[in-house]
Amino acid sequence: MINNLNILLPEIFLTLSIFSILMIGVFLKNSFNLIFNLSSVIIIITIAIIFNRPNIEEKIFLDSFTRDSFSNFFKILILISSLFVLNTSKNYIIDKKLDKFEYPIIVLFSILGMFFMVSSNDIIVFYLGLELQSLSLYILASIDRDNLKSSESGIKYFILSALSSGLLLYGCSLLYGFSGSTNFDLIANELNKENIGAVFSMVFILVGLAFKISAVPFHMWTPDVYEGAPTSITSYFAVVPKVAGLAVLIKFMLIPFSNILSEWQTIIVFISIASMILGAVAAISQKNIKRLLAYSSIGHIGYALAGVATGNISGYQSAIIYISIYVIMNIGIFSCLYLLKKDGEYKENISDLSGVSKKHPLLAISFLIILFSLAGIPPLGGFFAKFYVFSAVIEQKMFTLAIIGLLTTVISAFYYLKIIKIIYFDDSAITFDAVKNKKAQASIFISCSILLTFFLYPSILNKLVVSLFIN
Amino acid sequence: MNFPILSTLIFLPLLSSFFIFLSKENKNNNGAIYISLFSSLATFILSLFIWYSFDPMSSEFQFLEEKKWINSFIKFKLGVDGISILFIVLTAFITPICIISCINSVKVRVKEFLIAILILETFMIGVFCSLDLVVFYIFFEAGLIPMFLIIGVWGGPRRVYSAFKFFLFTLLGSVLMLVAIIAIYWITGTTDVTEIYKIKIPSDYQNLLWLAFFSSFAVKMPMWPVHTWLPDAHVEAPTAGSVILAAILLKMAGYGFLRFSIPMFPLASEYFMPLIYTLSIIAIIYTSLVALMQEDMKKLIAYSSVAHMGYVTLGIFTFTKQGIEGSIFQMISHGLISAALFLCVGVVYDRLHSRMISTYGGLVNYLPKYSFLFIVFALAGLGLPGTSGFLGEFLVLAGAFQKNYLVSMLATFGVVLGAAYMLWLTKRVIFGNTNSNEIKNLKDINNLEALMLITLAILVILFGFYPSPLMDTLNISVNNLINNYEIAIRASGLN
Repeated sequence: MINNLNILLPEIFLTLSIFSILMIGVFLKNSFNLIFNLSSVIIIITIAIIFNRPNIEEKIFLDSFTRDSFSNFFKILILISSLFVLNTSKNYIIDKKLDKFEYPIIVLFSILGMFFMVSSNDIIVFYLGLELQSLSLYILASIDRDNLKSSESGIKYFILSALSSGLLLYGCSLLYGFSGSTNFDLIANELNKENIGAVFSMVFILVGLAFKISAVPFHMWTPDVYEGAPTSITSYFAVVPKVAGLAVLIKFMLIPFSNILSEWQTIIVFISIASMILGAVAAISQKNIKRLLAYSSIGHIGYALAGVATGNISGYQSAIIYISIYVIMNIGIFSCLYLLKKDGEYKENISDLSGVSKKHPLLAISFLIILFSLAGIPPLGGFFAKFYVFSAVIEQKMFTLAIIGLLTTVISAFYYLKIIKIIYFDDSAITFDAVKNKKAQASIFISCSILLTFFLYPSILNKLVVSLFIN
Repeated sequence: MNFPILSTLIFLPLLSSFFIFLSKENKNNNGAIYISLFSSLATFILSLFIWYSFDPMSSEFQFLEEKKWINSFIKFKLGVDGISILFIVLTAFITPICIISCINSVKVRVKEFLIAILILETFMIGVFCSLDLVVFYIFFEAGLIPMFLIIGVWGGPRRVYSAFKFFLFTLLGSVLMLVAIIAIYWITGTTDVTEIYKIKIPSDYQNLLWLAFFSSFAVKMPMWPVHTWLPDAHVEAPTAGSVILAAILLKMAGYGFLRFSIPMFPLASEYFMPLIYTLSIIAIIYTSLVALMQEDMKKLIAYSSVAHMGYVTLGIFTFTKQGIEGSIFQMISHGLISAALFLCVGVVYDRLHSRMISTYGGLVNYLPKYSFLFIVFALAGLGLPGTSGFLGEFLVLAGAFQKNYLVSMLATFGVVLGAAYMLWLTKRVIFGNTNSNEIKNLKDINNLEALMLITLAILVILFGFYPSPLMDTLNISVNNLINNYEIAIRASGLN
């Protein structure tokens, strides 16, 4: 068994390096910069380690931990997006005086938790990973502890999330009780439709997961936390935990609940429709751009769930494509927020953007590209994401879901257009400071050029995702 | 493989807009204007070349290009036939005119304006070239972005309302078409239009799919009762925007009916024929009456566009050779005439900043050249014999008479109303008493304006007397369309 430890190599490396930079942080004064750069290096090395491992499916520790191409894909997505999120937000963190050395370390801890989540093949490993991630996120949400809003959002997130974790744990224990095992594969063999207890446990687990990816009706924390937390944390919340949550959701559908898929599907269809509608309607009247992005992310999770709701491989693939493009768009738009600085303060109101196009044409055009892409207008990347999802949905003849989904895109187009209107049609109000934030600018550039040129080779991502499901 | 001439045609404007983006901004923006003018003229000459080397005796698609695109099952497929080539040439012809017109009328952010126009040209040509449903959809929808910005950034006082209305109406119509396109893929296994023509979609699906496509095209056309975005968009858009909107964007829907609705869903087209007739007649008569009452010149022309588009849908769904050829001819000629009328309004608007009919009057005494051209286009707009406007309407009515007397009688009545509002407009603007001193000091059209308007006038009159260049190109493709339609109807046992 010890020979197989190299399956765990990325996790082992990550754990050891987190502890060592923690030590550095404790013993060196003013070590934020050093720790920050070291954690970026650690992320890059972890990516390299994962790339270097073969993609063959292997299990370890009594089959409770898997490494396969599916988990590797998600780990790399998590790492790359965290790398972007961290680096683009560095200036913001320093400006906001959040430059404590714990910051990057806690982020790394949450990444470690997500690693165990996406690799778990056992309820206990899964739950431990989830809790490690959640605990880190509670701290991150309230990291600006002198700020009332940030502390409030941290507490809110903590209480609601703890409740949902409790429900999830209850579901897990029911699942163990009715199937007699904690291992995913064994559970899958034991469950069938007659097993009412399994359906109960499934509902509880789904509630817990829906909370983590902020799907309606378990989304209540999202707008408050997004608005209250510092932008650097919001962008992390908007991207990385969503990826991990979706991965786990798909994993649950693939393995333990594969025999009671139809029950699971009805709930997901409902959650998906509710998220799409709420995300579209509630965002219209928002004044704060972070709050608006919170609702927009709820809507986007709804679209990704529409792909998951189909209950077949092509649907899961489309959801993964969707979430990948969603990550690209969100990194881009949050990087734009880091450039909205006036007299040392970061502006968050949508009305502050008015007339940006006159003074900052490049920033305005980046907003334009990303917002139209979020709205799903061709030929930008966001359209292809929606296209894949809806083509999987229509393949399953779920026309109601498809039509509701597409109609909500029209409603949500309205609030994206509203921002564009403010940027392009209104008279300019504020001239923002000339911010020197090379990293944010670079990531805006990368995200915009991916979205703009995605139509040239739309099948690249698809090929990659298809290869995840080959076994 | 041959030289990908259609891709070149599509992406040439896009490429040059990139150069404009890089060009330096200076006082007159000469660089940007020259680049855009040069590239749009090059596109026009290239499109003429394609028209010239196009073989009108073949009903096949020509200049085919194919490239694997999405997941190996959706191909990036381009090609033209006798119908689409005319729209491509029209698009390539109107764009340089728009660019010339913006030299006088657009004063702020000229560079961005030119970029938007050229990107829009790329998408418009793409719509007419694409032979794959997904490619078509992408170009069709992508055009919304530049048009939204053109209306919103350079438009009039109520531009925000109009831009939103334009965008959301069209998007709402189109998403249903997207559902239908994906459904077609899962029914037939392909989105390649030529393949779908051969496969024949089962009749139980046709009605729903037809309605989904119709929802998109009806908004874009625009047909009554979803036409309300058009007057708003026209009124608020800058001159060049109105010209593109009237001359080309509206034609996409008519083209869509010809390329997709009829050949792919012949049974449904037959089934929904009464619906189209009803809506067309309402459009012709009702919007003509509305046009009579307008006090805003642009609004009047916009309503007249809706009425003219009513003839187009009527003609298309007669499924007769005269009707369909007439519709296509009507679309081309309306493209020229409405473009010219909007330019005419733009000329006086640039001088007096008013679109109200009551502001003007007696222009003939002070702007003789302008008045002459205005009258030419107004007469063409009401369908005077000897102008291209007459021929299209005449053929459509001739086609309609073969199908339904009542419908054609009512449609003919619309011609009278058309004459009424056009002549009354001319009377109030060109003739009559001058009621302000400002008009007396107006300058007649300058060389650039004369260049645009005279070119258009020559074409309008030329095609009125000598339509055969257009008709010869169309002939075989339209025959083919009708043949396939009749075969499908006969095979299903209707009629």
